[in-house]
Amino acid sequence: MGFFLEVVLGGLMAGVLYSLVALGFVLIFKASGVFNFAQGAMVLFAALTLVRLMEILKETFSPFLIALLLTIAVMIALAWVIERLVLRPLVNQPGISLFMATLGISYVLDGFGQAVWGSDVYALDVGIPKRPIVLFESMVPGGVLVPSEDLAAALIAGLLVLGLGVFFQRTRIGRALRAVADDHQAAQSVGIPLNTIWVIVWTVAGLVALVAGIVWGSKLGVQFSLGLVALKALPVLILGGFESIVGAVVGGLIIGVGEKVSEVYLGPAVGGGIENWFAYVLALLFLLVRPEGLFGERHIDRV
Amino acid sequence: MLYREAGQFKTTYGADQAVFPIRQDQLFIALWLAVGFVLVPLVSSEYLLRAILIPFLILALAALGLNLLVGYCGQLSLGTGGFMAVGAYAAYNLCVRIPALNPLVAFLLAGGVSTLVGIAFGIPSLRIKGYYLAVATLAAQFFLDWVFSRVAWFSNNTPSGSITAPPVTLFELTFDTPVKKYSLCLSILVLFAAVAKNLVRGRIGRAWMATRDMDVAAEIIGIRPMYAKLSAFAVSSFFIGVAGGLWAFVHLGSWEPLAFDVNRSFSILFMVIIGGLGSILGSFLGAAFITVLPLVLNQLPQWLGISISTAMISHLEAMIFGCLIVFFLIVEPLGLARLWRIGKEKLRLWPFPY
Amino acid sequence: MSTAPPQRHIGDVLLKLDGISLAFGGVKALDDVSFEVRSHEIRAIIGPNGAGKSSLLNVINGVYHPSQGAVTYKGTTYRQMRPHEAARRGIARTFQNIALFKGMTVLDNIMTGRTLKMHAGFLFQCLYFGKARSEELAHRRKVEHIIDFLQIEHIRKTPVGRLAYGLQKRVELARALAAEPELLLLDEPMAGMNLEEKEDMCRFILDANDEFGTTIVLIEHDMGVVMDLSDRVVVLDYGRKIGDGSPDEVRRNQAVIDAYLGVRH
Repeated sequence: MGFFLEVVLGGLMAGVLYSLVALGFVLIFKASGVFNFAQGAMVLFAALTLVRLMEILKETFSPFLIALLLTIAVMIALAWVIERLVLRPLVNQPGISLFMATLGISYVLDGFGQAVWGSDVYALDVGIPKRPIVLFESMVPGGVLVPSEDLAAALIAGLLVLGLGVFFQRTRIGRALRAVADDHQAAQSVGIPLNTIWVIVWTVAGLVALVAGIVWGSKLGVQFSLGLVALKALPVLILGGFESIVGAVVGGLIIGVGEKVSEVYLGPAVGGGIENWFAYVLALLFLLVRPEGLFGERHIDRV
Repeated sequence: MLYREAGQFKTTYGADQAVFPIRQDQLFIALWLAVGFVLVPLVSSEYLLRAILIPFLILALAALGLNLLVGYCGQLSLGTGGFMAVGAYAAYNLCVRIPALNPLVAFLLAGGVSTLVGIAFGIPSLRIKGYYLAVATLAAQFFLDWVFSRVAWFSNNTPSGSITAPPVTLFELTFDTPVKKYSLCLSILVLFAAVAKNLVRGRIGRAWMATRDMDVAAEIIGIRPMYAKLSAFAVSSFFIGVAGGLWAFVHLGSWEPLAFDVNRSFSILFMVIIGGLGSILGSFLGAAFITVLPLVLNQLPQWLGISISTAMISHLEAMIFGCLIVFFLIVEPLGLARLWRIGKEKLRLWPFPY
Repeated sequence: MSTAPPQRHIGDVLLKLDGISLAFGGVKALDDVSFEVRSHEIRAIIGPNGAGKSSLLNVINGVYHPSQGAVTYKGTTYRQMRPHEAARRGIARTFQNIALFKGMTVLDNIMTGRTLKMHAGFLFQCLYFGKARSEELAHRRKVEHIIDFLQIEHIRKTPVGRLAYGLQKRVELARALAAEPELLLLDEPMAGMNLEEKEDMCRFILDANDEFGTTIVLIEHDMGVVMDLSDRVVVLDYGRKIGDGSPDEVRRNQAVIDAYLGVRH
């Protein structure tokens, strides 16, 4: 029983990490209808920038803080560049074109990040405690071992989701973002500046990517495979719905737990490696049964 | 002046519907075929054939297959690598387990297997579109990756996972030299291109394009979306499966599942995008572009006298690819093929400006 | 423009709608609508915007499935029909917002209208040989006949996306006619056209009815066109039928005047 709980908890933690990345996708999709394939590359880029800046600023009084501020500035600049060079020229093109453009962006970011910062593995230490904590001692003999950095990740993710939820529902900018996601032209006609909105959205997504990068990076080290996380986020979105923040969280948790549980319990029977495709096949099943995801909206085409 | 249609009147619908209605085009194509089949093998070095031309031909076939699905029928697929793997492993298993079977026949049968797998993974397209379909095809890609690396039966229980293909023969002829391999690939490509062109200009091609442009309207005039989409998946997978068999047997010789991973899928998708969606010529142009570009990039530092590490070159390559994709999507979404067509239009008026 | 339409052989009931109700979420698009259309007649559907006219056409050719009621076409009653089945049974239509295949030429668009009549097998298609080739040429001949009829020869190789709105509407009509339908549903075929284009379109519709014997149901806002072209008119308002009869009867119907036609000041 204890072991099962550990596996589940481990899955939940992995799921949180997926959710963090998926959140970035949802933001951009919600506000512009673009599926940003480059989100994973943004996670890697943000993490790389932070780690390398921290190293360069080693001697200053607070490398983390300064590097963090600089990285945030970099992500804002990145959002601005993307909006100007890619989104604006493609503004009336079908979604598929934009999707493929983000594919291109992801290649550029990957190449650029590694060209500038190098492609080694870097350890990221931002002061998140790493000591494992023992939980549930009362329910299970010996308790369940939970790495405290995973708990920290969960906490951070929770705060982020809460913050984003409030942002979208309560603030004026949030309302504008929802309007833009609904109908570009209508939003423009009530005076919402499309271009500024997009810069804001991509910046927020960039910052979410930064948070995800920090959390993933301190757990796994900052390395190239972080970029592949983007591919894992796709099934999360299918499960949760492309436009739902809650969906990104729930979807991430389901996939995280599902992956770990099936790997541990079914893995030995089929030679392992289930983790590689479990998420996708689950997403595939969802697509056939409930394409809009658990929390997404059904689209009705008007003829 | 040279490229005018003046005086060439079509008196029958048949003449109007020919693939190359303009006489200059007919000459042009005949010339290209002559160059391709005769001149190139005579003058090319072994390196040129082995490292550039043969991979180009095989990838052009795969790109052609993918273009039928993505460009003509509008169904986005990121599983090309996986379907190539199906073709490769099917051909391998057929040859290894039925020694009397001719590899060329095995390619066709492997294409058939790939067709069935393609149809199976194309079934989601009946209910989902766009990004959702992309995810489904990615699922296919990763699942197939896993199947071919974990299930030992497919590699004939070879412990290392890397398998070697038997040589390709036809009656008494063994295709072992680069020239022979090149001719084989070129013949297959030309044949398949002809079939593709015929499909595309007939009822099936129109059904695909109608499904791509507005599937609701297509259904209303009687085109059944299921047949259109699944037939696109089927034909596309056949082409891609055969290309996979060729890639494994003729180009690589021995391979492991990594040869057909998701990067391969993206690379072929880029070929289709850059070359031109919905254009047969575009598939060739895109394949040529993507095959030649890394080589040019590798040589460029030397030519310019700068020294850059190979790692840096691959990073730059990624960046340039990405920029090119975005560039083409913005400037010419119809790709190199459209630029070619614009060039031809200008040629018609040459030497006059308009 | 007020001569009575020439006498046509108006036949038996071809299409009958019984108590059709259609709801989207909470919105009732159609509420218990019943009427019939006879063979060879030209039936107009009029009403204010949002009255449910397009939804009605969508129900007839299977794009929407009514929540209540049934459609009887050529003797067969059905409620859930897929659009391609409707096409198979001889129903064709055009759309308010043009539904042409923007990536294809005019000729190819109209050729897609012939899809149901083309049967050559896959292998023949691959080789463009035998039945595939002869079919292609035979249907091309038919399509050229329609192109002549609608006077669009000069644009047959132009990609549809590049054409002016009025011409696109004509191409859409050509595509619908290419299927040689028994029942043709036209959704505002003259929207956005000037007087000359409207006259041309009217002529085409009348000719189609005369020459091909096609039964026509059309949605139209131009009352002059409606009065001149149609044999009978159905009036919808807020999804309900409020008038049904000859153009003169409908013009004098008080409910219709209140809802839609208005009075001369």
